[in-house]
Amino acid sequence: MAAYSVNGAEIEHDEEGYITDVSQWNRDLAQIIADAEGLDMTDEHWSVVDFLREYYNEYQIAPAVRVLVKAVKKKFGPEKGSNKYLYELFPYGPAKQACKVAGLPKPTGCV
Amino acid sequence: MLHTVNKSPFERNSLESCLRLAKKGSAILLLEDGVYAAINGTSVSDKVSGATKDNSVYVLGPDMKARGLGESQLIDGIKIVDYAGFVDLAADNDGVTPWL
Amino acid sequence: MTEYNFETEGVKKTITYLNRKAPYGTIYALEVLESVLISAAFEQHANIVFVDDGVFQIKKDQDTADLDMKCFLPTYGIIEMEKEDADEDEDMDMNWRIIVEKESMEARGLTTDDFKIEVEVLSSAELADVLDTSDAVIGG
Repeated sequence: MAAYSVNGAEIEHDEEGYITDVSQWNRDLAQIIADAEGLDMTDEHWSVVDFLREYYNEYQIAPAVRVLVKAVKKKFGPEKGSNKYLYELFPYGPAKQACKVAGLPKPTGCV
Repeated sequence: MLHTVNKSPFERNSLESCLRLAKKGSAILLLEDGVYAAINGTSVSDKVSGATKDNSVYVLGPDMKARGLGESQLIDGIKIVDYAGFVDLAADNDGVTPWL
Repeated sequence: MTEYNFETEGVKKTITYLNRKAPYGTIYALEVLESVLISAAFEQHANIVFVDDGVFQIKKDQDTADLDMKCFLPTYGIIEMEKEDADEDEDMDMNWRIIVEKESMEARGLTTDDFKIEVEVLSSAELADVLDTSDAVIGG
């Protein structure tokens, strides 16, 4: 299985780049995945990633996009509380791309 | 409300829970292995017979026939329906509660 | 030909999710849980009901590590969170109830202290009314 090299450690990922063990995630790894995705990580990007990780730790599942939108709206104001804004941050979709950077499993459905 | 029970009352508690939680006056349809609850002389016959006083109880004919059960073995008050009758029951009631 | 109207704007229904199976032996519990989460997106009224062995789904302290299975007990917390969100948000017309049948709970030696989430305990007769007034019931 392919792996990311992070500070000398090997962290395995699947054929699409999702890491296979959520607990191995760290911010350096997130930066490496983001670079591979061509993302320029801003504070807003990191906030989304942090929210995804906190939510996953608490509920063991990725949030619905609607929940993510609500959380971003709360933190950055109503003009940024939209699906469109999330797509500006993560062009391949908040669910797929942001989850990958956050080290979460690939979302299987619409939640 | 139409309640459907598709498990044998001798294996699961689906029928028991259905009878406990179906409001008086609702329709109950026994189908698949649930049809074993519709015959006379079993350990649940009295309970099912009692339910026919408060509810309309139906049994799906094709499922009875497939299991070698005949009309003569049926508890009094239970009506046999065919597939078209099943559709009518679902259409005539406000919703279906399945007891799986 | 019959004309069907698929307009859903403003449509409100009450959907009851009837959980009757213990969590890991069969797939029922997880399937119902997933459908509850999906339905939250449609802002419909919902009753999430635990009856018979379904009450074991929300028993606290579950740990599936040794089974090599995902433990989905924490995921029920989303139901609780969605309910609280809807209760607090005045713009949201979404009423959720999390219900345990008293008889099922007591028969299994449980009290509300054994549950991971906050529940409303109803008698069989009260629950019969909830089922009867639902627009749709999803069994599991």
